[in-house]
Amino acid sequence: MAAQEHGGETTTTDYILHHLQNLTYGRHPDGAWGFAHTAEEAKEMGFWAIHVDSMFWSVLLGLVFFFLFRRVAKNVTSGVPGGFQNFIESIVVFVDESVRETFQGRNPLIAPLALTLFVWIFLMNFMDLIPVDWIPGVASLMGISHQKVVPTADPNVTMGMSLSVFVLVLYYSIKVKGVRGFAAELTLHPFSAKNPVLKVLLIPINLVLEGVSLLAKPLSLGLRLFGNLYAGELIFILIALLGLWQMPLHLAWAIFHILVITLQAFIFMMLTIVYLSLAHEDH
Amino acid sequence: MEFVVGMTAVSVGLLIGLGALGVGIGVGSLGGKLLEGSARQPELAPMLQTKFFIAIGLLDAVAMIGVAIGLYFTFANPFPGQLAAALQIVSGG
Repeated sequence: MAAQEHGGETTTTDYILHHLQNLTYGRHPDGAWGFAHTAEEAKEMGFWAIHVDSMFWSVLLGLVFFFLFRRVAKNVTSGVPGGFQNFIESIVVFVDESVRETFQGRNPLIAPLALTLFVWIFLMNFMDLIPVDWIPGVASLMGISHQKVVPTADPNVTMGMSLSVFVLVLYYSIKVKGVRGFAAELTLHPFSAKNPVLKVLLIPINLVLEGVSLLAKPLSLGLRLFGNLYAGELIFILIALLGLWQMPLHLAWAIFHILVITLQAFIFMMLTIVYLSLAHEDH
Repeated sequence: MEFVVGMTAVSVGLLIGLGALGVGIGVGSLGGKLLEGSARQPELAPMLQTKFFIAIGLLDAVAMIGVAIGLYFTFANPFPGQLAAALQIVSGG
């Protein structure tokens, strides 16, 4: 039912590609600045173009998180809590317990970081449950041609978050272990030797193994979240093409997707805590 | 040209299918271990379930990356463009 609203001649591939295109603002090849109107125009803008829709929705949902949690924190009562305060408290306690049992170090940054990641990623993932055409339909009345409302289905957003976590891991590794300790960890594990000559020979092998392992962490962290959400969004779009039969299929997939959303937010948070805990390890 | 597009389609199928196969076997055996452990010590069941879900999330990662790459090839396939450019170079020069 939604596929026909975009003009009679739109094919299914056009519908799918239209919904997979971000709102890109950048410099056109001829020098003018503006929004891209087709996927090819967006590609020609190159690297220094910005996905305005991802930025807008991620910042808006971050502000929603701040506003909600701050309001509960300001009105917190030590008597019997109301329903919403109870709910927020259970989230905070859950994150606190996860950090407490996994993080073996002393750092006041970790628990707020974990809470932020969990709730923010969950809110961004939750945008995937809103029917595909609703928000872009309203936005097209305001002149916005393309839009993707799920920021975490944009690899820029997920890789941005995972690279920020990676920077934190490197910072704390060097702070806790020192540059020598960090370099020793990369070059003397997993193959170690007593003989100094053998140690030097084993350094390249160790460096390759540990380097790949170090670089795989942020890459897999970001791409895991992106892959799950992108696939989920694509299946919603494909189901939306089915006409009248979409209702039971949408329901079934949405119920499964609720599990995926929560699980992926939880996994991002847990892996962040685990990586930071490894960075603080001081033998 | 049809060969390139056709092979891309087959490769997308393999990417998604083999990823799903690996994850299916892995999660299946992991679920079996969860049931065994829960039957042995029922008081540990909630903790085991939490760790089970963490492991599923990690296993999903590589399969999902495969799915994302497969979907990229479906909708924004770079290979026909490369083929056209190469043919132009061959026939033009």
